[in-house]
Amino acid sequence: MQKGPGPFCTQFDKKQFIYNVKEGEEMNIDDIRKDFPILENRKIAYLDNSATTQKPLPVLKKIDEFYKTYNANVHRGAYSLSIEASERYENARSKIAKFINARFPEEIIFSKNATESLNLIAYSYGLENLKKDDEIVISIMEHHSNLVPWQKVARVTGSKLNYMYINDKFEIADEEIENKITDRTKIVGITHISNALGTINNIEKIIKYAHKKGAIVIVDAAQSIPHMKIDVQKLDTDFLVFSGHKMLAPLGIGVLYGKREILNKMSPFIMGGDMIEYVHEQETTFAPLPNKFEAGTQNIEGVIGLDAAIDYIEKIGYDKIQEIEKDLISYARSKLSKLDFLELYLTPNEDNHSSVISFNIKGIHPHDVASILDQEGVCIRSRKSLRTTSYEIFKNRFNL
Amino acid sequence: MEDLTEVYNELIMEHSMNSYNKKELKDANYSEMGHNPNCGDEIKLEMKLDSNVIKDMAFVGHGCAISQASTSIMIDTLKGKTLDEAKEIIKTFIGMIKREITDEKELEKLEDAIAFKNVSNMPARVKCALLAWHTIEKMLEKKDENNGK
Repeated sequence: MQKGPGPFCTQFDKKQFIYNVKEGEEMNIDDIRKDFPILENRKIAYLDNSATTQKPLPVLKKIDEFYKTYNANVHRGAYSLSIEASERYENARSKIAKFINARFPEEIIFSKNATESLNLIAYSYGLENLKKDDEIVISIMEHHSNLVPWQKVARVTGSKLNYMYINDKFEIADEEIENKITDRTKIVGITHISNALGTINNIEKIIKYAHKKGAIVIVDAAQSIPHMKIDVQKLDTDFLVFSGHKMLAPLGIGVLYGKREILNKMSPFIMGGDMIEYVHEQETTFAPLPNKFEAGTQNIEGVIGLDAAIDYIEKIGYDKIQEIEKDLISYARSKLSKLDFLELYLTPNEDNHSSVISFNIKGIHPHDVASILDQEGVCIRSRKSLRTTSYEIFKNRFNL
Repeated sequence: MEDLTEVYNELIMEHSMNSYNKKELKDANYSEMGHNPNCGDEIKLEMKLDSNVIKDMAFVGHGCAISQASTSIMIDTLKGKTLDEAKEIIKTFIGMIKREITDEKELEKLEDAIAFKNVSNMPARVKCALLAWHTIEKMLEKKDENNGK
């Protein structure tokens, strides 16, 4: 029997996991780019990372390895393959807990994406805890996934949905936070970085103020976690959600972090196998955390891929990522601001701005601009009135 | 690149920038809203029908060059046609964009609207070109339902 991470794990040839980004070596942007086969295969400048990122080779290889060597359902079989799959699955949970500095692995719940995580909170916490005349506060820059579920909660419970608006700097002013979060506020939902504006919100202030008023806080970190270190204990946020596919991991895997004492009091969101303790004809008792919230066969491939994506991000390091991105963003801001046919939607404060640039070309509809840029091999996102261009580590100045 | 320059040609640009068909129609007897939720394009199409002949048509709304031009050119094409002729043209245009109809002879009845042929090679823009055509399709379907046909 070979030795490995688990009792029955196969030892893999280490060499096959050494890629362009090497252990302990300073990496440059060209090395990183070589890890993304699609950039070479399609000869594109991919600037739509806020929608989804491309996937690096180490992530693709880990998924391949999973299906070729230890694919089995988790938490089921009493055979070695299933035990190994379960072990890798739970190891990934522990790694994610450490990655965002959660106190316990069971505070990490796997979901389909940030959207599903937010729906879980809205259904299992919002619908059950809010009453008539309570208030929910979100910002006007929320993604639909952190807005539409709260409309439903407000409608069903008779609570009120209020918005924090942005000022002319595309930021939420401190006074706005203090005006909107009141003694009646029970839930505050806030995006860490806006997917439309790139504004970094002052979530530290929002969390502190909401707690002072007795509200719980949900942070949507889908746009921030690819770019900056998240520490849920330091933030003291009650919930935090993100998607794997926006941070180099595969599609279809997301994470919900919640404080254990809150998650323990919540009822399950989706019912089915693997989330139960005892099932009787008329009633059921549920499994403890985290299984209570993970009904049915989970996206094991996604979890393995997310595990590998975290390794990749940590290998490069957030310091390096920020260094590269700051350089790119400054360069892009200075170049784009010289083009007088562009309307830019940017906070003037560069320190409050991350990786997404929204612009409008005066008199031309976003969809027409996206089509024209597409013909030149540039992939951007077009929206109703904005175009957003999002930078991730694998861009370089040449492409800009 | 060819598809793109073909699509953003003079005719289409003219209709998208400054369409004479973009206005309220005071004496319209039919009206229908069209909407592409993904890109936010929105039109209100109005029609004046007089004993089965489309006497006049106009639209208001906003959207990309392709959706706006397609609406305007559709109006030019359908004005003065009988309902049966119009339905045939609508079917042919949708068929052309979906690449179900490619026969040149058959496409002739589209008149200026044939300018959108290359959109069939640009999947991302198909829904822009079809917005107005689906809207009038819906308008005529509702009309038929109300007439008990």
